[in-house]
Order: sequence, then structure tokens, then C-alpha cells
Amino acid sequence: MHVIENGNVAAALGVKLAGVQVIAAYPITPQTPLTEKLSEFIEAGEMKAEYIPVESEHSALAACIAASSTGARAFTATSANGLLYMHEQVHWAAGARLPIVMCVVNRAVGAPWNIWNDHQDSISQRDTGWIQMYACDHQQIIDSVLKAFAIAETVSIPVMVCYDGYLLSHTYMPFEVPEEKQVKRFLRPFKPHYALDPQNPANLNTVTLPDVRMDVEGEMAHGYMEFRYLLQEDLRQTLTIAQEIEDRFTQIFGRGGNALLEPHRCNDADYIVVGLGSLTYQLRDVVETLRSEGLKVGVLGIRMYRPFPDEAAVEVLRRARGVFVIEKALSYGYEGALSSDIKAALYGCRGDGADAAGGLPGDRTDVTQRGGPCVDGPFVRGLIAGIGGRDIRTADLTDTLRTAITGALDDPGWIGLKI
Amino acid sequence: MSAKTTILTLPKEELVHPGNRACTGCGLSIAYRIGLKALGPDTILVVPPSCLTVLQGLFPVASTKLPCLNVTFASTAAAATGVLEALKAQGRTYIKVVGWAGDGGTSDIGIQALSGAAERGDDFLFICYDNEGYMNTGVQRSGTTPQGAITTNTPFKGKQQRKKDVPAIMAAHGIDYVATASSAYPLDLYDKIKKALSIEGTKYIHIHTPCPPGWGFDTRYTVKIGRLAIETGYFDLYEVDHGEFRLTGASGKLLEKRPLTPVIEYLKTQSRFKVMTEEQVADIQEQIDAKWAGFSRAI
Repeated sequence: MHVIENGNVAAALGVKLAGVQVIAAYPITPQTPLTEKLSEFIEAGEMKAEYIPVESEHSALAACIAASSTGARAFTATSANGLLYMHEQVHWAAGARLPIVMCVVNRAVGAPWNIWNDHQDSISQRDTGWIQMYACDHQQIIDSVLKAFAIAETVSIPVMVCYDGYLLSHTYMPFEVPEEKQVKRFLRPFKPHYALDPQNPANLNTVTLPDVRMDVEGEMAHGYMEFRYLLQEDLRQTLTIAQEIEDRFTQIFGRGGNALLEPHRCNDADYIVVGLGSLTYQLRDVVETLRSEGLKVGVLGIRMYRPFPDEAAVEVLRRARGVFVIEKALSYGYEGALSSDIKAALYGCRGDGADAAGGLPGDRTDVTQRGGPCVDGPFVRGLIAGIGGRDIRTADLTDTLRTAITGALDDPGWIGLKI
Repeated sequence: MSAKTTILTLPKEELVHPGNRACTGCGLSIAYRIGLKALGPDTILVVPPSCLTVLQGLFPVASTKLPCLNVTFASTAAAATGVLEALKAQGRTYIKVVGWAGDGGTSDIGIQALSGAAERGDDFLFICYDNEGYMNTGVQRSGTTPQGAITTNTPFKGKQQRKKDVPAIMAAHGIDYVATASSAYPLDLYDKIKKALSIEGTKYIHIHTPCPPGWGFDTRYTVKIGRLAIETGYFDLYEVDHGEFRLTGASGKLLEKRPLTPVIEYLKTQSRFKVMTEEQVADIQEQIDAKWAGFSRAI
């Protein structure tokens, strides 16, 4: 069914189609219309789920963690300070390996108070062990919610579906609502590895020692470090599994294709702009303008930010002369986190199409593992834009990139800054 | 209350394994062992970090024969709701959900989630075992540490403020069952848990659990000191059943047996009260007398 709706409704429709059993949420702008819609679905009898109107975000994720531990498909959504208030639980959900899905409707974090869009909220949860997907439009929002449950339940790792506050959450766009029959083919009922059950009692998340320990049957049980290693391994494996799930989605729904990245006109590009979310679609207009001026520019949207698709990104970026990473978030005191990630991924790559991971054997004897500094790979330049919802004008983006390409851009590289 | 449970009618099945990691003389151990008998096997427990986490054991060993979800410190009640709603969604509503937290996890960091759940009326039992401080982390003051008690962060003068009255706060939510209990009166606790389970909505039971290392007394006196707390009127056994307040058990009998044992008899058994001045003791006695005058008027 084709509809014209806002991004929050797109997410709500995805949650409804996913057959979520327990929803716990606390109001925060700009997430609220999403949870309002879910409340409407449930009260109207269109959706069979338990809705817990908790007293805080910390409790929202606590309730989802508990519901998921009991074997129910659980969902929550939040923004900005709500996500930060959850932070302890965000780590907990990943450590407990629970396939919860959470929409993060991206918003700037206080202080000072600001309700508009940037990515500081979800980027600051980068290291929690969650999978992070970023949507660029409404179709991706609704599709991502469905894919998120499929991925989460396959790898037993929670997923954040991030989309831009207001720019996507409150704007109206046409999109296709998947048919229930198709969704049933794509997303099977949730079968947890273990659910709390008096018939088969277990003590979950109990104190786990630094070292491995024998259980009562004489089997060696993991220590804390083994559990954490497995989380990391499974996250890395998710890069492959997410693509398999994406392929299945494409087969059934005829949409999508790349779970990790969304390159646009990158094949012949001398310069590639990298970003997250709706900004990368806006950048497509910039690409057209700059290309009409003879500058071969492309855009690389990062669809899955954690686990980081380093090898796939390098594959796209390595032949370019320069990479510009435009971010709506900062690792304060250094640079945008995505810039660091891109640089780290490119570290050791060769720009001429040689092996990206590890350099050539015998080529560089002074380095191990992933090789050394870029041999002749692209330079990487970080740019900051849209902090606290500062309007990102397409003309400003075009001017900044044009100047940057010609090498004349002065620091600090904050687009639209008026200081 | 229906027919009182006796030592002879108490279920024989043990749901807590012996040889767990609780301290010798732990009041919680008694309450937990008897409490789980009352809850029965069709129960899911939700437990935040506390002495109970220690009692539960270290992975991969567990001391409890019930499924147990360990959760973050502030989230016991919210997690209990999460379990409850999942069971509802799955049609497994015969399973009881019980949050079991310490006094810090209840009266301090856990009170927001608990208040939220009580306001929603979520159908689970919340049990607070009150050893009157953060004993698991080394005896720091909590909201329920009593006036005058030395803790590791009230090291010389003792706590200056009064104990937070959590059962009264819970009763103020208008929930249908609030009760207090003591590990020194396990059968009274057993019956109160049974009664709580028969009532729909949020239920709250607050158990006074003496703590030898935290309170400073010899491990053999756990029950004696628990009883003295009741006999002096320092801690009272009561229930608020659908809004009706009633002293129960040993506290109920005290109404007829006045005057109460002077509170000094209780205070002097524990080294945590050793720096209290005569004025402070007199003040505590006055508070108890005023409270009991109120009880007498109410009856």
C-alpha cells in the first residue's frame, strides 16, 4: 500500500507489522508522535501488544530488557537526553544479548536545551555493543524496522534504527507499506534461545568472574571476557549476516540491496563525501551541481554505522583522491567520530586498487596486521554541520565542498557557523 | 488473615540451596528462604544489585531454584513490569512476578521505577529487605538507615536524619496491599506474602532484616535483635489491606501489653548506635511513644 505519511508514522507502521509484543516508552520530542501512533494502534485494537507507559526512559529500556528476557519481541523509541538517560541499560541490553529494537529519532543533547536534529545522541552510544542503522528517508525507516528485528533476532544483539528528528520524523513523504503476508515471510515469530521460565529456571546476568569457571557438571563456563569477546565477534559477523538478510528482504519486497552502505556516483568520483542519514540524500543535489562544474564528486551514505563496515567503505573510497566526512556530531576534544572511523578504515589501504586490508606481503616490512599509513589512498577531511539543528543549506554545502576540493578551506570546517 | 501458617504446615520444599554466599547470621537469608517457600515454584524473580546478588552466587552457579533476572540497580520495578507484560503477551499469566530488592534499591535509587509501577498498578509483588544501609558495598548510609547509626559514610557522628518511611510512601500510592514484616517472625512474613499474592495489582512488603556485620552484633543474635526491634516498637509489623491499617502478629499483641520495652534495650545491642547521646536516645523514644499513642487512638 502506498501512503503519504511522516517518518514517525513510518516507524510505527513498521513496529506494527513486525508483530511487536511489548512496547515501553516515555515521551520525548521528536519521538512522541511515534509512540502516540502505537498507542492509537493498540487502543483501537489494530495491534495486539502490551504498552507500558513507564515513568522514565531508564525504565523503558529496563522493561524491554525484561520482556525480551521473558521471550517477547520488545520495542522502544527515544531521542536525545532520553537515550542518554537509558545509557546504562543500553549497555545492559547488548551485554545480555537481547534482540530489542529501538528507534532513535536523532536530536541534539543538552546543555543548553535544544530539540532540533543532530546525531550526538546516537553517536555517543556508539560503543555500547548495539547495531546502529541510519535511515535516509521514510521508506528506509519502515523497512529498517523490519530488517532490524530480523538482524537482532538472528545475532541476538539489539538494534538502533536512527533517523533524523523533524527532517524525517515530522516531514511527509510517500512510501510503500509492506504487505502483512510478505512481512510474515520475511520475519518469523521470535524464538528466543532462552526465556525466563519456572520449568527451566536460570539465573540471568549473574555476577561473572574475570576468569573462566567450572560449572557443577564439570564443564568450563565463560568468564566475563569470553562473553565480551563473543559480542565483538558476533558484531563483526553481523556485517555479513545483515547483507544476507538484506538480500532476503530484496527478494521478497523488491527494494533495498546494500545493508551497509549507499554509494551514489562513487565509481568514477575523485572526491567522495561521507555522511549519515538524510544529509546524504541532500548531498546528491550537491553532487549534481559540482559535477556540472566538472568536479567528479560522489556521496557515500553509511547505512550501518556499528558494526562499522570498514572493508566495504574502503572498497568504495580507496580510488578517490579525497574524502570529506560531514558529521552532525563530535567526539569533543578531537573530531567527528565517523571521520576517525573512516581514517582508521583507510589506514594502510593503497589507493591504486591493491589489497586494502593488510597491504601487500613483503611490501611493507615495518608494519603488521592492517599495514601502515595510506600509501597513496585518499586524504580525509572532517567537516561539521547541522549541530543543534542549524539549517544545512544546500548552497552552503556546495560552496564548502567546492572550496575544500580546491584546497582553500580554512579551519575549523564547521559549515554554516556564524562566529 | 486466613489460617496462620505454623512450622508444621510450612512447605518442606527448599527453593534456596544451602551453602550460599550470604554472611553467617544474615537476616535476609531467613527471609529469602521462607519467602520463596511462600512464593512457590511458579515465580520469576527480578533482583537488582544488592546482598541478594551475592547470595545468588557467581556464574555459572546459582543458589536459587527459581528463574531470576538480575537487573540494573534502579530498574527492579520497571523490569518486573516488563516480565509481567511479556507473560501477558504470551498467555503465561499463571506465573507470578516478584521484585526483591534491598533498601537502597527500593528507597533510594529504585524508588522512581517503583513509584511508576505502583501508580500503574502493575500486578506484581515488590519485596524490600531492609538491612538499613548499603551493606553489600561496605555499610554506607541509605534512605532507611536509622537516626544515630554509624555507617562508613557517617563514621563518627552517626546518621543525623530520620529513616525514610517507605511502606507509608507505598501506601500513599493507594495500592491494595502494603505490609511490613521481620526476618525474626518468618511465619508472619510467609502469611503476608501468601496474602499479597492473592491480591491483584501492585503489592509491597517491607522486611526488617538485621545484619550482623553492618549493625555490629554477634551472628547468633539476628533473631533476638529482630524481635527486640518489634518489642520496643522501633519497627512495627502491620499491613495496610485495601486502605485499612492493622498492626499484626507481635506488634498487634504489644497494643495490649504496654508499656513497650524501652528502645535503649534495642539500641545497646548494636555497635552502630554506640555514639548516640542520651538526648538522641530520648528523642528516638519520644518518636516511638508518639507513634504508638497514634496506634492506640486509631484502634
